Amino acid sequence: MLEELYQEIILDHYRHPRGRGELEPPKITQEGFNPSCGDEVILDVRVENGRVSDVRFRGRGCSISQASASMLVEAVKGKSLEEARQLIQQVLALVKGEIEADFEQHGELAALAGVRNFPVRVKCATLAWHTLEEALKQAEEVAAK
Amino acid sequence: MATMPFILNAEEIRKQFPFFQPHPEMRNLIYLDNAATTQKPYAVIEAVSHFWAYHNANVHRGGHGVGARASELYEAARERVARFINARESAEVIFTRGTTESINLVAFSWGETFIQPGDEIIVTELEHHANLLPWMRLAERRGARLRVWPITDEGTLELETLRALLNERTRLVAVSHISNVLGVITPVAEICRLAHAAGALCLVDAAQSVAHIPVDVQAIDCDFLAFSGHKAYGPTGIGVLYAKRALLEQMPPYQVGGGMVQTVRWDRIRWAEPPAKFEAGTPPIGEAIGLHAALDFIDSIGREAIATYEHQLTEYALERLQEVPGLRLFGPRTHRAGIFAFTLEDIHPHDIATVLDSRDIAIRAGQHCAHPLSERLGGPTARASLAIYNDAAHIDALVDALHHTRKVFGYA
Repeated sequence: MLEELYQEIILDHYRHPRGRGELEPPKITQEGFNPSCGDEVILDVRVENGRVSDVRFRGRGCSISQASASMLVEAVKGKSLEEARQLIQQVLALVKGEIEADFEQHGELAALAGVRNFPVRVKCATLAWHTLEEALKQAEEVAAK
Repeated sequence: MATMPFILNAEEIRKQFPFFQPHPEMRNLIYLDNAATTQKPYAVIEAVSHFWAYHNANVHRGGHGVGARASELYEAARERVARFINARESAEVIFTRGTTESINLVAFSWGETFIQPGDEIIVTELEHHANLLPWMRLAERRGARLRVWPITDEGTLELETLRALLNERTRLVAVSHISNVLGVITPVAEICRLAHAAGALCLVDAAQSVAHIPVDVQAIDCDFLAFSGHKAYGPTGIGVLYAKRALLEQMPPYQVGGGMVQTVRWDRIRWAEPPAKFEAGTPPIGEAIGLHAALDFIDSIGREAIATYEHQLTEYALERLQEVPGLRLFGPRTHRAGIFAFTLEDIHPHDIATVLDSRDIAIRAGQHCAHPLSERLGGPTARASLAIYNDAAHIDALVDALHHTRKVFGYA
């Protein structure tokens, strides 16, 4: 079970995070925080023509929370807002064990499903994705103005 | 490793705890999260259960015998606490929900009454939020100044530093007896003496000490002392505030309601005498009776014996933890209790806790409700904490599991 949690993909993203850093404006910045453990993910998201054209993340925390943010950056770039929202729902379902993990279908994100057997770690894996959810809401509010 | 003559047999002590017995719902767990809460012996569970089953009634109210008996049991628990901490009289023992409520009671009742703008309150850098946030809020509300007594790099409190902070405006020094992160045992009697010499009062947070080292309020000469039942083998939902009688006389009630008044007229209220004055509403009766049983359990082993045994185990743990490459242990080597905050290489503490959990070892990871201290240490830590039922084999298993954790994260 521990091997499912700390898969090589997870540890690789933790040690070599993709897209760590900040974006230049225009951008939307959203902070995500887990008060019980102190994990923190800050997303910089740029939305252009209804698509997530770029993402960066900052933050600190455990391997799962930071690897999940790194995987998010790779997975969400280029997606339309609707696709990004669907992806969030898919990842949340994967992590909670509501759908089966399939590397063919879900790519590297399937590795996040390893947390389903570690209830206290589920919130580590979901932190970045809930933060993205909030960032997309912000993007819609900005677009509506 | 040389074998030490441990003065207690923890395996025998574990037999008094259902948590450590085989059961379909139980893993064979090595429990090293005792600073968060301790397990409960049969004696405590049975005392609580027996009360609910056969003696349940409200206290200090009923016109019936069962109510009188419940009142007797509840007051006997108060007497037991008073004897345990060596209070002068049981009226100096107020039952609360826990350490947090005890300290909030003091901050509200004593603090809001006696703290004036410009007064100073000293807290240490070690404090748990329970002994920090009530004072931060009080200082803000009353226009008082919160002064922080910093720790040394080793994690200890220097009395010289306190001397420099104390002045004629100091009203209170609030200090933990044992740090819930670093395990440091603070010189509370000396601290109280210095506070009193400056005309200030002293509050001791004994949450981490009361089950592990002798606590004598007259020897310490503290003005207030707070602790929780659940960290001392007792139930949750019961705590104690000790305060000197003269202070309780001057302090207004904390909460108001049933059971804490003598007479109520539309134009005049007479509060009850302490301790009833500070116990509005139906108290946690069964939990108080459980605390009584918990203190009996502690004394059945003996507090000197517990302190000596846990010191032996602490020394053993300090020695063995040093063997783990990349392990950084916080806190001093001496004058410390069995609470070990550490980091391992650059592995995040939550990841350490998860790997240990997969090996059936329970520890805590994070900031331990002491964010300012956590920042000072450079971030979250893993924390293993001992109790009377732990033994050297548990430390050995911890050390093995830490070696394994390094491997999982790719350290040779």
